[in-house]
Amino acid sequence: MSFETRIDRLFKNLKDQGRGALGVYVTAGDPDFDTAQKILNGLPEAGADMIEFGMPFSDPMADGPAIQAASLRALANGQTLKKTIKMVRNFRTRDDVTPIVLMGYFNPIYAYGVDLFLEHACEAGVDGLIVVDLPPEEENDLCLPALKAGISFIFLTAPTTTDARLPRVLENASGFIYYVSIKGITGTASSTAAQIKPNIDRIKAKTSLPVAVGFGIKTAANVAEFTSIAEAAIVGTAVVNIIADHLDDDNRAQAGLVEAVHKFVGELASGLRETSK
Amino acid sequence: MGTLNTYRAGADEDGHFGIFGGRYVAETLMPLILEVEQAYARYKDDPAFCEELAYYLQHYVGRPSPLYHARRLSEHLGGAKIFMKRDELNHTGAHKINSTMGQILLARRMEKPRIIAETGAGQHGVATATVCALFGLECVIYMGETDIKRQAPNVFRMKLLGAEVVPVTSGTGTLKDAMNEALRDWVANVDNTYYLIGTVAGPHPYPTMVRDFQCVIGDETRTQMMDAEGRLPDTLIASIGGGSNAMGLFHPFLDDASVEIIGVEAAGHGLNTDKHCASLAGGRPGVLHGNRTYLLQDDDGQIYDGHSISAGLDYPGIGPEHSWLHETGRVSYVSVTDAEALDAFQLCTCLEGIIPALEPAHAIAHVMKIAPDLPKDHLLVMNLCGRGDKDVFAVAEMLGVTL
Repeated sequence: MSFETRIDRLFKNLKDQGRGALGVYVTAGDPDFDTAQKILNGLPEAGADMIEFGMPFSDPMADGPAIQAASLRALANGQTLKKTIKMVRNFRTRDDVTPIVLMGYFNPIYAYGVDLFLEHACEAGVDGLIVVDLPPEEENDLCLPALKAGISFIFLTAPTTTDARLPRVLENASGFIYYVSIKGITGTASSTAAQIKPNIDRIKAKTSLPVAVGFGIKTAANVAEFTSIAEAAIVGTAVVNIIADHLDDDNRAQAGLVEAVHKFVGELASGLRETSK
Repeated sequence: MGTLNTYRAGADEDGHFGIFGGRYVAETLMPLILEVEQAYARYKDDPAFCEELAYYLQHYVGRPSPLYHARRLSEHLGGAKIFMKRDELNHTGAHKINSTMGQILLARRMEKPRIIAETGAGQHGVATATVCALFGLECVIYMGETDIKRQAPNVFRMKLLGAEVVPVTSGTGTLKDAMNEALRDWVANVDNTYYLIGTVAGPHPYPTMVRDFQCVIGDETRTQMMDAEGRLPDTLIASIGGGSNAMGLFHPFLDDASVEIIGVEAAGHGLNTDKHCASLAGGRPGVLHGNRTYLLQDDDGQIYDGHSISAGLDYPGIGPEHSWLHETGRVSYVSVTDAEALDAFQLCTCLEGIIPALEPAHAIAHVMKIAPDLPKDHLLVMNLCGRGDKDVFAVAEMLGVTL
């Protein structure tokens, strides 16, 4: 890539510091716009190096019950892709360093209009996109236009991605490679660093891009473990569960929710800093 | 749009029908989707595969199904000569088994011991559970909780056949949610599992493969009509949810310009309400469940839950090839309300002694609208793609009858 993004700069800096990155996933608008904005705004200070910001979708096929529920809560409270972009714009007035990667499914972007979406996302300060249902086979839809617009398009690789297929996945990859550590949906099974190391090495042999590991990473110890073999560990469901634990019966945020999320992110980050490579 | 040389060439090698179709799935599934595509390409013209499929279609499913001249319905409506393609007489009572039989033979060759499927009305679930019983394979069926309630007989049938029926509570608990859940299962069980999709939707190669297996309906109709009348039919009519029975009837006739082809979507309470599932009439192109097609969705691209009296049509999308045929104009798509379908259900039962499923009752309802104005030598074929036994309890409730 000819452009340097916040993502590129983050991984360069952390390499100099000799430690891995903590990526934190939260769903935009969960449980409501204002609460989610507060959560988002405080994530870097809490210890997140990079933010995966979920674009809620009615039919999140690759997500487990926790993130499905988060999506539905956000949508029930009126979250839209337009509002998600607005939240990034708000965040950028306070933080121009922490990378934000929008993560979700293609249809809301398609409905928004790809060109308009890229224009608005770029202006707002979005650094990358992870779109679960856009494999390399459908790269014309968004991947190639995003790269042209200066936004990284992050591809997923999975335990099922064969050696023969890997070059195809890496062909237009940018930002980092997201390695899905299990065969399954978010928030279900877990694997160990030892189990996935051969696959991480397989990817690293073919690309100089950083590798982030996600799916099934829940604790500070997990974060430490996976950043010993990859450049970043991404925690999603475990964070979303903290939000779910602080809702009343009508899914309204209870006092202390935002602080609890940030405290948990702090715990996750502590594991990372104590065991720097 | 100009006339194409052929309407039967799709999908292209990437699974597209014009802008529709494609392979919009998570990376974890992509290698498996490619494996299914390769396996289908290898076996679809393999003589041993075709021979085995033909054997089971004849001796187990009971094909060919009759093309029946519905005399009393024709006389009653006073116009076109109406024929019914009797796919409700297939083993398990619907057209679904045409495709489940083809796919199960493929899954066996791919050495997948576990089969998963989604179902709405339960017909595809029963057809899948049936072929799994026949070949001794593990079977898990995902079915929305709402549908489980309104299709109780089929749920019990699946269980008797040895299938595990998993209730899906996400969303509104209908077909779209069942499909999400089946995809989630597949991602977690890629190594040993084959996803047996019930309609002409999903990622490539499913829309093409399911269509090819269902084309037996149209191929037989062509031969039977030539035998009966010495010429091709003038009009074909079929109901559409995902659109597999319709595609099976339509596809072999797409290049016969003289044949008028009409697909009937479910208008539920009416197209001017938010309770329908007419994706072409009320939706716009989007991406869901592995393909680009017309979808019912809001301005933000969130998918609506469809509504239809018929669980089998209750899907907010439609097969991608139908979207393409709609845009090219080769097939006309109309819609029929719940109330019109219910009237047609009763009329067909009284006049022909055939209790149709609520799905093809939509097609009959459109026949009732157009047949009276057509000449008596106009040959009209409707696809009677399922029998109504599964619907009698739900219909009784709608008619206010206590059983």
